[in-house]
Amino acid sequence: MEKDQDKILNEVTQGEYKYGFVTDIENESIPKGLNEDVVRLISQKKNEPEFMLESRLKAFRHWQTLKMPEWAHLIIPKINYQDIIFYSAPKQKVTLDSMDDVDPDLKATFDKLGIPLDEQKIMSGVAVDAVMDSVSVKTTFKENLSELGIIFCSFSEAVQEHPDLIKKYMGSVVPYTDNYFAALNSAVFSDGSFCYIPNGVRCPMELSTYFRINAANTGQFERTLIIAEDDSYVSYLEGCTAPRRDENQLHAAIVEIVAAKNAEVKYSTVQNWYPGDKNGVGGIYNFVTKRGKCAGENSKISWTQVETGSAVTWKYPSCILIGDNSVGEFYSVAVTNNHQQADTGTKMIHIGKNTKSVIVSKGISAGYSQNSYRGLVKVVKNATGARNFSQCDSLLLGDKCGAHTYPYLEVDNKDAIVEHEATTSKIGEDQIFYCNQRGIRTEDAIGLIVNGYAKEVLNKLPMEFAVEAQKLLQISLEGSVG
Amino acid sequence: MSIEATKIEPKQRFIEMYQDNISDIKNGSPDYINEIRDKAFEQFKVLGIPDKKNENYKYTDLSQIFDNAYKMYITPKNIQFEMNDIFRCGVPELNTKVVLLLNGWYYDRENLIEEFPNGVIIGSFQKAVELYPELVKKHYAQYAKSEVDGMVALNTAFAKDGVFIYIPKGVVLEKPIQIINILMDEEEGLTQHRNLFILEENSQASVVVCDHTLSTPNFLTNSVSEFYIGQNANFAFSRMQNEHNGSKQVSHLYFNQERNSRVNADTVTLHGGVIRNNVHILLNGEGCENNTYGLYLNDKGQHIDNYVFMDHAFPNCTSNQLFKGVLDDYATGAFNGKVLVRKDAQKTLAFQANNNILLTDDADINTKPQLEIYADDVKCSHGATVGQLDEDALFYMRARGIEKKEAKLLLMSAFAHDVIKNIQVPILQERIQELVDKRLRGELSRCNSCQMHCC
Repeated sequence: MEKDQDKILNEVTQGEYKYGFVTDIENESIPKGLNEDVVRLISQKKNEPEFMLESRLKAFRHWQTLKMPEWAHLIIPKINYQDIIFYSAPKQKVTLDSMDDVDPDLKATFDKLGIPLDEQKIMSGVAVDAVMDSVSVKTTFKENLSELGIIFCSFSEAVQEHPDLIKKYMGSVVPYTDNYFAALNSAVFSDGSFCYIPNGVRCPMELSTYFRINAANTGQFERTLIIAEDDSYVSYLEGCTAPRRDENQLHAAIVEIVAAKNAEVKYSTVQNWYPGDKNGVGGIYNFVTKRGKCAGENSKISWTQVETGSAVTWKYPSCILIGDNSVGEFYSVAVTNNHQQADTGTKMIHIGKNTKSVIVSKGISAGYSQNSYRGLVKVVKNATGARNFSQCDSLLLGDKCGAHTYPYLEVDNKDAIVEHEATTSKIGEDQIFYCNQRGIRTEDAIGLIVNGYAKEVLNKLPMEFAVEAQKLLQISLEGSVG
Repeated sequence: MSIEATKIEPKQRFIEMYQDNISDIKNGSPDYINEIRDKAFEQFKVLGIPDKKNENYKYTDLSQIFDNAYKMYITPKNIQFEMNDIFRCGVPELNTKVVLLLNGWYYDRENLIEEFPNGVIIGSFQKAVELYPELVKKHYAQYAKSEVDGMVALNTAFAKDGVFIYIPKGVVLEKPIQIINILMDEEEGLTQHRNLFILEENSQASVVVCDHTLSTPNFLTNSVSEFYIGQNANFAFSRMQNEHNGSKQVSHLYFNQERNSRVNADTVTLHGGVIRNNVHILLNGEGCENNTYGLYLNDKGQHIDNYVFMDHAFPNCTSNQLFKGVLDDYATGAFNGKVLVRKDAQKTLAFQANNNILLTDDADINTKPQLEIYADDVKCSHGATVGQLDEDALFYMRARGIEKKEAKLLLMSAFAHDVIKNIQVPILQERIQELVDKRLRGELSRCNSCQMHCC
């Protein structure tokens, strides 16, 4: 049986990346390299107002003073920032008015990805803002949303049309001084999504962004800003894919969420960037700063992530619980295979009174991969009644991979109840035996057990996503195995 | 004689101190020790004194603690003290072999080494280095790595004396060995002693260590102890830290466990200003078992930081860590435990738990339990909690006529008992439970002013 398992694990590694196609679309790129002129050029290309250029330059100058952080449990070869194209956009000659005007090649790409970009699928109730090579291609379903006062558009459009909101909120949760990659993104970000939910509005559909890196040697630097005003609700989905290439590509994004009084924001990610091939060649470097601010009373921010892609993942979606009674949640499944490396987790900063947070993290490592959970729970002095529960489990498939847990608990208040627990083990032989006994093949049994193990998190995903995530888990881990 | 330095950056101060007094420091140590000294000094020059930027010392800034021109003795200073002060510290009914260290120097200068008929050697480290070079060479500075930790490098560069214990093959010691570390002087001083414990195959021993201050100046200790636990050997180590609140202590314990050996180590911290305990365990053979426990009861402005590094290098080993603490007033605490399971250390069982009770809003705890696992067939878990006394349990007792204060004490005593029950020497266990209860009541103050037995 041991042999069987090995065989299955080997098959696992043959699970091919099915999104690894390249779309031949004319791209408008700027030359490789990064300097102040490039930053100015990006800003100029996007026809940005003065304040944006200034903030970009400020961030760029700050970035130049910083060094790449080395504390994560990751081995990252030195990144040559002069060898990256910082801006690449699918060529668009005219502004598009309807779906028919979208470049058919581009449309075909999204069809391949299975993104519901065409009208029919929009009827299923998903509004999509697809970002390809960091430029937002088309935001669908916009009219219906605007009737409710919801703004859902590309970041560049928001800069042009709602500069006040951008000025007020951009950088309010993740300032450009936050970290190395946040500074880089603040300087060179090309586009992203913007979402504003006004007072008392419950967004009637799931909002969704799809990111795809297409052109070679480009970095994707997108920025998402979600603002939920008092008593509002929104559920936001994010998906990512990239073509298969031998060189490493860089992705450094920022997501900022602001939740006002009684607002609730649910942010779900299925991250499936190209993880590199079996020997660890190529793949995306994924350095993302995601943070939500529960600014108002009774507000709630919930992060759910399924991380299956990227050669290197460095990502800590966090919640700053400022409002009294606010709630932060983090549910994560991180799968690493072959030579993938992931260092991911969350930060929950309890500042308001009676704030609560839940962390559930499930790591699965296979092949030669390294999978780490790194998290911080901090309760400041005046945060009376804070409550946190963290559970971080790791599952090891194979004896050459690693699973690590680095939780930090910093408690400064006697009322706080903070609990952390973590386990690491391999798939139970008795569980597999139990399944075998009942006529379930070993390969199916592993599939069952892994899916059951991740269920707690998958359940938190919106329906359509949950199905996709389950499939992804199978592709990343189980290869041809059910 | 003593050496003193002017007010400069701590790292630089130690560098100058070493360079200026090199001949005195080296005097009396054989060449092989001085070679290690020089190497460690070079390493210290690179590493320096860890500050908060060092991830392992994130919650205790040592560079601040060392930023004081402490006096340091490189030859023993003759200080007289009342033997009664120590006998007050004895554990009644506990029949032990007592060894005294005064400010890091072996106290009994007349009788530096004792060799017993069964081959057991107990004595001064400085003397042992001279008498048993083969034995010392084999183990000294082999487990405590100067290249990793600047504090170990500093100790290795300066250390001259401490305790040396050798238990030969197959010898079982019935009596525990009690080591009493006494700090006593009229002025502030830095102590850097070095202990070496060697337990050969199939031997068995237990050591009880007590840390005391007998005078009021602020002392700083930076000690390193190395333990070699041979195949099938069984070792119990109990440590009681009870220094006054002006003292500061950095201690390093390095355990090297060979195949099928067993170690039970516990540290009870009752008093002390700033305490940083490093415990490094290398499970260097199959079938080892290690239990490491800690209990800390802090109030006022005390700071306690426990660091444990459990290195599972071989298959089929078991390790267990349990650290519990109660923090009162504006005390601060930290726990940093790391379990490393190396690539081929299959069938490892490793558990780690840290539980804390905060009694006031000003108390503060940072905990960082970590798992780093490179083998798949393992069972590892860790847990950390920060909380308060159980309201339901308090209510239950109060409903039955137990005063609130008494009920709280009962709960805290039970909380501490989880650690104390693991102490291997039964009489000591009772004694420590008694002391802990007193400590929780606030009746036990620092050693030199206490009117009762302590430790």
